[in-house]
Amino acid sequence: MTLLEFARGPALQWSVTVFIVGALWRLLGVFLLRSRKDLSEPRNRAAWKGLRLIALRSWPRREFLGGTAFGEVMGYAFHLGFLLTLFFYVPHVLFFADVSRGLIGTDLQGLTGFAWPTLPNGVITLLAGISIAALVAVLVHRIVNPIKRLISNFDDYFSWFVTIAPLLTGLVAFAHFAGWPYERLLAWHLLSVELLLVWFPFGKLMHAFTIFAARGATGLIFERRGASL
Amino acid sequence: MTGPTTTRKPEPLDFDQPRVSIPKPEYRFDMQGEVPEAERVERAMKSFVKDFGRTAAIYMESCIHCGMCAEACHFYEVTQDPKYTPIWKLEPFKQAYKREYGPFALVYRALNLKPKVTVERLQQWQQLIYDSCTVCGRCSLICPMGIDIAALVSQARHGMYAAGLIPHELWAVTERARLEGSPLGATPKVFKDRLEWLADDHEVEIPVDKGNADVLCTMSSIEIMKYPDSVVATARIMNHLGVDWTFRLDGYEATNFGLLAGNSAAQKQLTRKLIEAAVSCGAKTVILPECGHAYTALRWMGANMYGEPLPFKVQHIAEFLADQARAGKLKLKKLDKSVTFHDPCQVVRRGGAIEAPREVLKALGVELREMYPTKGTNWCCGGGGGVVANHRADELRYKTFKIKMEQIEDTGAEMPVTTCANCRQTFDDGQAHFKWDVRMHSLLELVADHLVEDDA
Repeated sequence: MTLLEFARGPALQWSVTVFIVGALWRLLGVFLLRSRKDLSEPRNRAAWKGLRLIALRSWPRREFLGGTAFGEVMGYAFHLGFLLTLFFYVPHVLFFADVSRGLIGTDLQGLTGFAWPTLPNGVITLLAGISIAALVAVLVHRIVNPIKRLISNFDDYFSWFVTIAPLLTGLVAFAHFAGWPYERLLAWHLLSVELLLVWFPFGKLMHAFTIFAARGATGLIFERRGASL
Repeated sequence: MTGPTTTRKPEPLDFDQPRVSIPKPEYRFDMQGEVPEAERVERAMKSFVKDFGRTAAIYMESCIHCGMCAEACHFYEVTQDPKYTPIWKLEPFKQAYKREYGPFALVYRALNLKPKVTVERLQQWQQLIYDSCTVCGRCSLICPMGIDIAALVSQARHGMYAAGLIPHELWAVTERARLEGSPLGATPKVFKDRLEWLADDHEVEIPVDKGNADVLCTMSSIEIMKYPDSVVATARIMNHLGVDWTFRLDGYEATNFGLLAGNSAAQKQLTRKLIEAAVSCGAKTVILPECGHAYTALRWMGANMYGEPLPFKVQHIAEFLADQARAGKLKLKKLDKSVTFHDPCQVVRRGGAIEAPREVLKALGVELREMYPTKGTNWCCGGGGGVVANHRADELRYKTFKIKMEQIEDTGAEMPVTTCANCRQTFDDGQAHFKWDVRMHSLLELVADHLVEDDA
């Protein structure tokens, strides 16, 4: 079995399994906990309106903008760069279509008649570059900023590593770096993605799911009281 | 946890080596009772996780260590010391959650990925959890994950109380409240004597212990002992409005140091007293005084402590006054001044009574000059959450108070007004400390002073 066959075969299957089982375990471990009913008389009966906090908290209040601008801008830069690269790069779209056909016998086009849109390679390269630059900036900030340095732990640094690794290996594979065989570069790219998948349920990357629950829970409680969102 | 408090000095700790940019903190910690150290930790963690529900667990799973919460904290703002980063104040409890309670606790314990929390660590954190957090919740508004950090600090205080690791002053006043009915010595006898004296002195009728009344009024011990004019103001306004009201000697003290100290049993006991007094006289409404945490304790936590919905309505005095003004019942003489309003955190930001005090100010006809920031994001006075009662925190508190001085002076308003006696007390103390020539005013007392008596 070649490295690429390993990365495409058992490594992919196991990492996806760990990702799904681990993420479900962590989410269920939290969501199955009891939640006491609040017996106080609500100020606002339509507490569900507090769910707007999920969207509202995506950008800080004007009063807080000065101190948070760097984190917000860099955060958006690497998240958007990462996600656009992941979902709109032609080989990724082909890969997802392939996986989809393997799982349910068809892809999005077969299912809906619409093809998944893609972005030109040049744009994707730029986005990946922006994402990498922003990730480097947030790492430097984490090391240099006394607040972040104090509160950081292994999870912060390792999660950073597994996030930047697929971007770097992807760019290297795209550029056919140093004339290495493309199969080897592709295998490393796949393995770096699989590392991300394996780590995902155990570290802070899970905020991709819990962010909605945390914001939503706070929104419901605060709206019920009429408190500031 | 009962037993005398002992005060300890710092001991050298292995993990407390000086950091590159963070000076080793000076700290003092207090301990209650004589308990083996391991048992203290166990009690802390058991109590911390006892009430651990889904929401708190979601919060614990969501922090991304972005550090933005520091930017919202007045203690960080004035010191620029990273140890005052709000989420850092929870570090031992985050550690304990991962190790003992989270979905992967088994893995963390088996591989010792998160070390067991030690009593030394909790002792060190006492200062962060009690002296440098007013539970004002400003950090909860900045967190991009939406974590209510203030709620978690309150939960951590439960653990600290159970471990016998709270500041002596908070422990002492909570014990006093539990045993005597008031943290500042406003016992039923003292309260009764004061009411008689105030009624005589101010020629105002103050009904006490009526068997039946539509409205039960309550006071905070700060008002009873330091600002008795607020008691008179309450009586004047109620009489002016023709309300069927009473004070009750079996339930008048709205202050709840059990909530601030993390002593759930005391919190419940003090809350139940008010509820039972209200039920005894068939009150339809309980009016809470100008006290921030009293509002949280009864308005938002009372029913949960009682175990069923409260059979009466609970209002902060400012909400009651706003209702009366809106209904056209509260006739006031114009207060021809420019005023700025200090938002008490528990009433406004976390309590939701954002506009009520402003409606009352409007009824007074003042020119309202808002601070910046204001309402939900207004800065805390620095004395909430029991901090003003904790004298070892004075130096730090005075630093935060400078923010308020600056905010108020920037408005150019002739007088600052608030609707929390604890904030008012913090302002009076800050005024004396800095020899500042600005005095904080009570919204309640201003209303009482401007009643149009002809309408009575």
